[in-house]
Amino acid sequence: MARLEEREQVAGTERLKDFLREMLLIRRFEEKVEERFRAGELPGFLHVAIGQEAVAVGVCRALDESDVIASTHRAHGHTLAKGTHPNEVMAELYGKAEGCSHGYGGSMHLYDLERGNLGANAVVGGGLPAIVGAALAFKMRREPRVAVAFFGDGATNIGTFHESLNLAQLWKVPAVFVCENNHYAESTPAKQQLPIEDLTKRAEAYGMTAMKVDGQDVEAVYKTTQKALKHARDGEGPVFLLAETYRLTGHYVGDPQVYRPREEVREVRQTQDPITKLREKLDLSEEEWNELDAEATKLAEDSVEFAKSGTDPKPEDALKNVYA
Amino acid sequence: MPEISYREAVRDAMSEAMRRDEDVFIMGEDIAEMGGSMGVTQGMLDEFGPERVRNTPISEMAIVGSGIGAAIMGMRPIVEIMYQDFTTLAMEQLVSQAAKHRYMSGGQVKVPLTVRTQGGAGWSPGAQHAQQLEAWFVHVPGLKVVFPSTPEDVRGLLWSSIYDDNPVLFFEHRTLYGLKGDVPDKIEPIEIGKARIHREGEDVTVVATGRLVYEAIAAAEEAEKDDISVEVYDPRTLQPLDEEALIASVKKTNRCVVAHEAVTRMGWGAEVAALVQEKAFDYLDAPIERVGARFAPLPFAPVMEEYVIPHSQDVLEAIKRTLGKE
Repeated sequence: MARLEEREQVAGTERLKDFLREMLLIRRFEEKVEERFRAGELPGFLHVAIGQEAVAVGVCRALDESDVIASTHRAHGHTLAKGTHPNEVMAELYGKAEGCSHGYGGSMHLYDLERGNLGANAVVGGGLPAIVGAALAFKMRREPRVAVAFFGDGATNIGTFHESLNLAQLWKVPAVFVCENNHYAESTPAKQQLPIEDLTKRAEAYGMTAMKVDGQDVEAVYKTTQKALKHARDGEGPVFLLAETYRLTGHYVGDPQVYRPREEVREVRQTQDPITKLREKLDLSEEEWNELDAEATKLAEDSVEFAKSGTDPKPEDALKNVYA
Repeated sequence: MPEISYREAVRDAMSEAMRRDEDVFIMGEDIAEMGGSMGVTQGMLDEFGPERVRNTPISEMAIVGSGIGAAIMGMRPIVEIMYQDFTTLAMEQLVSQAAKHRYMSGGQVKVPLTVRTQGGAGWSPGAQHAQQLEAWFVHVPGLKVVFPSTPEDVRGLLWSSIYDDNPVLFFEHRTLYGLKGDVPDKIEPIEIGKARIHREGEDVTVVATGRLVYEAIAAAEEAEKDDISVEVYDPRTLQPLDEEALIASVKKTNRCVVAHEAVTRMGWGAEVAALVQEKAFDYLDAPIERVGARFAPLPFAPVMEEYVIPHSQDVLEAIKRTLGKE
């Protein structure tokens, strides 16, 4: 018995290390993205999710391979955590044919259908109805799969959110709605855009099961997601999963963040950084940490090299893929 | 060849596809027990059950959007938007989601979704229940737009729309539901992008859609009394458009009238006129004429509605103008 517990503990530790590895990869990847954007190498505009890595990793690590996700404009972490190689994500940000959307999408439209990523969406709340439909398809075909939507607190104010939750609950489809509450809709703080504090009330109003979790604690996110997925997979209906988190950087790369005090960000960085928290929980030695960090840094750096040596699409390729 | 109504033809295509294929299902407002506000889906609940004939809440974004998600996952959903005026509620899902997924994904995703809707004036529904908005959608790369006018065409084209791997906006004209016509014994798919010449003629080509096809045919019969020979071209699908048949017809007749029930200004007819002058300018013997609704919302009072929307007399006058016979 003692031995079994020990084995489980080892397995648990290994799992947490795997989470840390993935979270670090996302962090170093996004830092690299910011750096290359500032260097003028990346077209368009970018949103990073530094500080929110535990939600992406905790949720995606709990998924079955056949489960699907839809992401948001802040999609790098979700996409990496769902299994797309950093090279393919970075190549997309450079607009290369090797990118996960072959240069047609960009940062806000990362797709990887083979790995169950139905697409990141640049319209707030835009991907929620499709997740209801994907879940409906699973239910109609009696497939034990779950469809998961990521979105932010700001999206709970848009019509698609309400229509989607209503329909999902009405038809009891296997969907999980993951709300990453980072307390700012772009620049607008919660108190200027939300008349209520507890967002689970919105799901409960539709009769939907709601769960809350500390989005800075990856293990808690993982375990709560497992519960939510089981509920959905067992045919008990959809789940609203509220993860309290915080964006440690601006809404977009270059955002001067005039809408929030620097002290607030500094304090969260010191006390609520999900990577620091997990590092402390694992009580890693300096050496172990450095090794993991070097590995993540290398993957991020390699992805830039891969992307830079990628192929530019031909201009006239712009006329392909308009229709199937 | 059996004779069926336009309404029955729509139902026939859906039912046959659903009999054949588990992936096809329908959803929309009031389509189950009630059989749809136009009676199109009557009897389908009894045959296919509530799993595949799904009544929805009044939630156009979710109706279209869940159709998109199911389509991406390999189903072939047919969603009904009760009145095409209400497509405006789902505009983001249609324009920025359905139309863009394939493109934004670099060709990974397919969205085999059919969005059926209907509209058409002439019964005093007022400003929010009979608009003709097809021009809004032909402007969007990634969407196909179909607008058939006969029972045979509506059946064959709906079949092709269901089995097309792209999102298709399928417009039905309300005033045509009762119209009867011959159809083949078995459903014969009609290729999306092929026009039908309803009536051959030598002097002028009338390009007409929906109800205006019949107004154009009536005008053509009237014109014949004055020895004017009119060809009536019905594109049947607006996107893609059968340009080849259109240009061939105009090159033969040397004159062109474009007629639709939608508002003339900035309408679909303007694009047709531009295309014709681009590709057949040297063949034109007269300026291209446009017939459509006047630039006003649809009024309620019958006399005002009658004044706003186009009729065969308007088409006839346009035909005569192209021949200098006003």
